[in-house]
Amino acid sequence: MSNIPNELKYAPSHEWVRDEGNGVFTVGISEHAQDLLGDMVFVELPEVGDTVAQGDDVAVAESVKAASDIYAPVSGEIVAVNDALNDSPELVNSAPYGDGWMFKIKISDESELAGLLDAAGYQNVVDSE
Amino acid sequence: MAQKTVLFAKHVECGAKMVDFHGWDMPLNYGSQLEEHHNVRQDAGMFDVSHMTIVDLQGPNTRNFLRYLLANDVNKLTVSGKALYSGMLNEAGGVIDDLIVYFLAEDFFRLVVNSATREKDLAWINQQAAAYNVTVTERPEFAMIAVQGPQAKAKVATLLTEEQKAAVAGMKPFFGVQAGSLFIATTGYTGEDGYEISLPNEEAADFWQKLLDAGVKPAGLGARDTLRLEAGMNLYGQDMDETVSPLAANMGWTIAWEPSDRNFIGRAALEQQKAAGTMKLVGLVMEQKGVLRHGQKVVTEGGEGEITSGTFSPTLGFSIAMARVPASTGDTAEVDIRGKLVQVKVVKPNFVRMGKKVI
Repeated sequence: MSNIPNELKYAPSHEWVRDEGNGVFTVGISEHAQDLLGDMVFVELPEVGDTVAQGDDVAVAESVKAASDIYAPVSGEIVAVNDALNDSPELVNSAPYGDGWMFKIKISDESELAGLLDAAGYQNVVDSE
Repeated sequence: MAQKTVLFAKHVECGAKMVDFHGWDMPLNYGSQLEEHHNVRQDAGMFDVSHMTIVDLQGPNTRNFLRYLLANDVNKLTVSGKALYSGMLNEAGGVIDDLIVYFLAEDFFRLVVNSATREKDLAWINQQAAAYNVTVTERPEFAMIAVQGPQAKAKVATLLTEEQKAAVAGMKPFFGVQAGSLFIATTGYTGEDGYEISLPNEEAADFWQKLLDAGVKPAGLGARDTLRLEAGMNLYGQDMDETVSPLAANMGWTIAWEPSDRNFIGRAALEQQKAAGTMKLVGLVMEQKGVLRHGQKVVTEGGEGEITSGTFSPTLGFSIAMARVPASTGDTAEVDIRGKLVQVKVVKPNFVRMGKKVI
């Protein structure tokens, strides 16, 4: 059974979103996603200051198995990236909801949040795969 | 329904993530493919390779039959137990499979072939064997465990009887010996020291457990692939197949051209290919961020090529690949990685041996 924290929102493409307040949202990939990808070897992150639209491919997670695009779950500006992943990409495997976070977005359109999944909704996505 | 090896329950017990591998339910990893890889390079790991096919060939004409069937020449095998790597080719010079042949006795040779090619291999061997009156017997009653790594032999030794220890003492690479119920061979697919051990199915789970108890850690298909690629060893179906000449698959060294009067299947086609020239299989190294992958396009001054196998090399810390490229390719090339052309170094397809970087 995969761990899907209740307090997070999810995109069907396996990113999670955490509300940090003041319109800032942290983004990473789910435990299920990191398990599918296997050991992470590189993570290519966006640049701080980039403006991204919901659904844009903004990062790449390269595992031993495959390269996988990471999509922006909401639109906005990238205000932080997790530089620790440059030296320790394995954090995505060991702590996908914690130290393995990827970037933070300052949201530009709060209404997009309503389109994201809650934990139960994301569980359905995982179960249907 | 995928087939299961006799070690299936042990894999589940060890926490394996199981995947379908050409119709077999096999362990991909037991948690971390990277840790399993490092463990084989630094200590000792074991792989269930029971899905591989063992075929025994018997009869007084077996040697002559194999001299016709295989591109390498079994006349190189003069000492009982000695093994040889060879391609088995079709008339067009394409590779039906790559295999290891063991010379056990003048009327008894053993082949170990790939599982993914089992049916076509058996059909082909049987078809060719008829004229030589060679008996072809598949041995599904054997499981196979590969124990690999610098500590592999020492750890296996703790499980062996005095007779078995004596049988393997001083055994050189590429030999096999029947020792009690174990057929122990100094072969492998990792570039490390170690054994591949065939044993009766009913003994396999117990032997696996004893290896675990001796400190040998299980490793899955994921680590097997990164290890063999670092060692520059081909994977059938990926680096070569029936449409590819061994000359274009870094298997030229396995073709025994001499004696020139030995007729083997594919010889005429190979001679033409050799005269006309073929592509070549090289190694690629990319020290910057990113991972080379199977199927990516390679751009050289002499034309385009393709990556046949690519991965992140856990031992080296950057990406390596095998690629089929024009014969004129020099020391560098470019690879199309997701739309971007990235410069890579071209090297011999051999990256790590015995735990050491060789590029």
